[in-house]
Amino acid sequence: MFYREAGQFKTDYASDQALFPIAQDRWFVLAVLFVAVAVVPFFVDDYWANAITLPFLIYALAAIGLNLLTGYCGQVSLGTGGFMAVGAFSTFKLTTAFPELNFIVVILLSGAITAGVGVLFGIPSLRIKGFYLAVATLAAQFFLVWLFNKVDWFLNYSPTGQISMPPREIFGILITGPRAAPEAKYLFCLIFIGIFALLAKNLVRGRVGRSWMAIRDMDIAAELIGIRPLEAKLTAFAVSSFYVGMAGSLYFGVWLGAAEPIEAFGIEQSFLVLFMIIVGGLGSILGSFLGAAFITLMPILMKNFMVDGLQLAVVTAKHIEITMLGVLIIFFLIVEPHGFARLWQIAKEKLRLWPFPH
Amino acid sequence: MFKRIVSTLVAGLMAAALAVPAASAYELVMPSFDYRTGPYAPNGIPFANGYHDYLMMLNERDGGIEGVPVKLVQCETAYNTKQGVECYEKVKDTDPSRALVVQPLSTGITYQLIPKASVDEIPVHSMGYGRTSAANGKVFPWIFNFPATYWDQAAVFVKYIGEKEGGMENLKGKKIALVYHNSAYGKEPIRTLEKAAEKFGFEFMPLAVDHPGQEQKATWLQIRKEQPDWVMMWGWGVMNQVAIKEAASIRFPMDRFLGVWWSGSENDVLPAGDGANGYLSGAFHAPGDNFPVHDDIKKYVYDNGKALGERDRIGEVLYNRGLIAAVYATEAIRNAMKMHNTKEVTPAMVRDGMEALDLTEARLTELGLPDFTIPVKITCDNHAGPRKVAIQQWDASAKKWSMVTDFYDTMNDIVDPLIEEDSAAYAAENNIKPRDCN
Repeated sequence: MFYREAGQFKTDYASDQALFPIAQDRWFVLAVLFVAVAVVPFFVDDYWANAITLPFLIYALAAIGLNLLTGYCGQVSLGTGGFMAVGAFSTFKLTTAFPELNFIVVILLSGAITAGVGVLFGIPSLRIKGFYLAVATLAAQFFLVWLFNKVDWFLNYSPTGQISMPPREIFGILITGPRAAPEAKYLFCLIFIGIFALLAKNLVRGRVGRSWMAIRDMDIAAELIGIRPLEAKLTAFAVSSFYVGMAGSLYFGVWLGAAEPIEAFGIEQSFLVLFMIIVGGLGSILGSFLGAAFITLMPILMKNFMVDGLQLAVVTAKHIEITMLGVLIIFFLIVEPHGFARLWQIAKEKLRLWPFPH
Repeated sequence: MFKRIVSTLVAGLMAAALAVPAASAYELVMPSFDYRTGPYAPNGIPFANGYHDYLMMLNERDGGIEGVPVKLVQCETAYNTKQGVECYEKVKDTDPSRALVVQPLSTGITYQLIPKASVDEIPVHSMGYGRTSAANGKVFPWIFNFPATYWDQAAVFVKYIGEKEGGMENLKGKKIALVYHNSAYGKEPIRTLEKAAEKFGFEFMPLAVDHPGQEQKATWLQIRKEQPDWVMMWGWGVMNQVAIKEAASIRFPMDRFLGVWWSGSENDVLPAGDGANGYLSGAFHAPGDNFPVHDDIKKYVYDNGKALGERDRIGEVLYNRGLIAAVYATEAIRNAMKMHNTKEVTPAMVRDGMEALDLTEARLTELGLPDFTIPVKITCDNHAGPRKVAIQQWDASAKKWSMVTDFYDTMNDIVDPLIEEDSAAYAAENNIKPRDCN
């Protein structure tokens, strides 16, 4: 009754093409943003920052990156972990080589370097598709992690293969390192992810995004209507890797602070991010957030509920948690094969008719 | 099984519903970072049981430490760094005392926690693992890694090999391989061994095994081809079992195969059967359940049904290691109580207690652990303690580990400069001014 387009008249093109044409949507998103920016920071402590909000935000950024490539352009990638490693190691090398460089610039440069590497590994996508491309990107995953582990230059000759992030500040506020305040880390990541999610959302509505989707839906048809596959696929790889690289940079720099290549950027990372976009919804920015929330927060929620709430033995809780996560993924995919984003969409359709469904 | 889960669930729900706030007596919060799941569980379980049982025994027998009960907070890390960080953040501010001492039982997690814990002012005891240069208490006031470090162990292994070859001069031209877990943990000894190779003229051959270590065919094929005289191993979890089985299958002489002390427990050798006979590993405490403390544990923990493990696995190597970890922690807390003259100790006081730890043989005997391990004395600048390592050997027919050597001293001329160099690098990277210890 209240939630619908009808009655909300648009008088100019700008408002017609707005990101959220329905007023209620707009208010809702603004309210969420307001809470995230103005309310949450007052409640964020070390646990909420390091165990809950940072992983969620950073994985959401990585999921958006992969979603641009896989969900919008239809190119399956299993190289996310490797590309995150490129971002992290670029950050490490840049920030240790040029300590004066602003950390924001370091992150953007890390993203750009990753974009370059991504394009390089995206070249095979011009020839091969589907599962075969997945295998080619898998090669990127293994090669990159092996490279960082093998060549001591990337590790600054650290004898143990661990890289650690030195403390860096922005406008006099510490963002990285153990002394950084949790709310500063949280807000920094939030602003970063907010801006880039907005950019991604606009990107996929524009010419570039549409050409990706055309390639995804049928590449021959897309070619016939004048979309160059080379350009479309490589831009998808570049933009996607840019996002994933920034996520890797924040993952290492702000969240973990120290990392070793094999454990932090292993194949599990690639699968994790892929699961996020599948559970959340392929081809949806909102889905990336929902998927990241599900995969990162659900285990912690279940654990805390079972251990603190039900007083279960820790190990029993862990076993149940592993099982339940699998069961829940299957359950949600059976109920809604298109992911959480589709559920949200259905809810909105229903809401339009409510309370008079006929 | 299902019934058990359901009944625990129901019981848990009821307990949660009926839980009344406990009386506000002071409790000593001691977190335990367990891993009873994942590829490292075979090693994580006995350690966690040993730690748990000793603390439970103190609670049951003495009502805790000096009468203040211990609140053991378990958290499952699955040997995964990110879950370890989550655990740390979760337990560190547990009421009423905050986490008094953290034992991450993972080199990866230790590396994560070194900067964090130093800021949060919580002592970390990475007992014989973690960052070796944390031995330098001037740079790492909050981190302890006694009774010995990986570099000491590598040096002792070289010493042992030299002894078996009939003198250090005979090491020249020998070939020594290192099969290591490809992580910060496994890479720890490499630099020491490189230095030792330079000094004694043996050839050093590092061979990496990737996590989790189930696939080692290529590694052992290479060993068969290159025929090293000795093989050392820095492994953990399933990697150990697989390596020992592979070594047995290529008939590598087991008495020339030396594992770090994390690669020398019953779980690691039993799967290889008789093939593992004679396998060697580092050790800093005795195996077996024939110490008075084990009798107390059986009486107060197992007979009361408070145990998490099985009675016949008491006294396994890793069980005893968990136990001695708990002993070090509780003695540090006792020390802190004495030094600060209060029973309501805080993590900062426990740090002082740990730094002044002087665990003599007489005190160990009092605790029910005569001839169990070497005395430990910690000072402000030495957080690694005695830095001595012994060698134990597996007897496959008796299914028993036994100590075959005395405790060897480390090679200070090789290890000390490395510790100095690495800790100085850390201090420079993180703008730490080494404190004055005099």
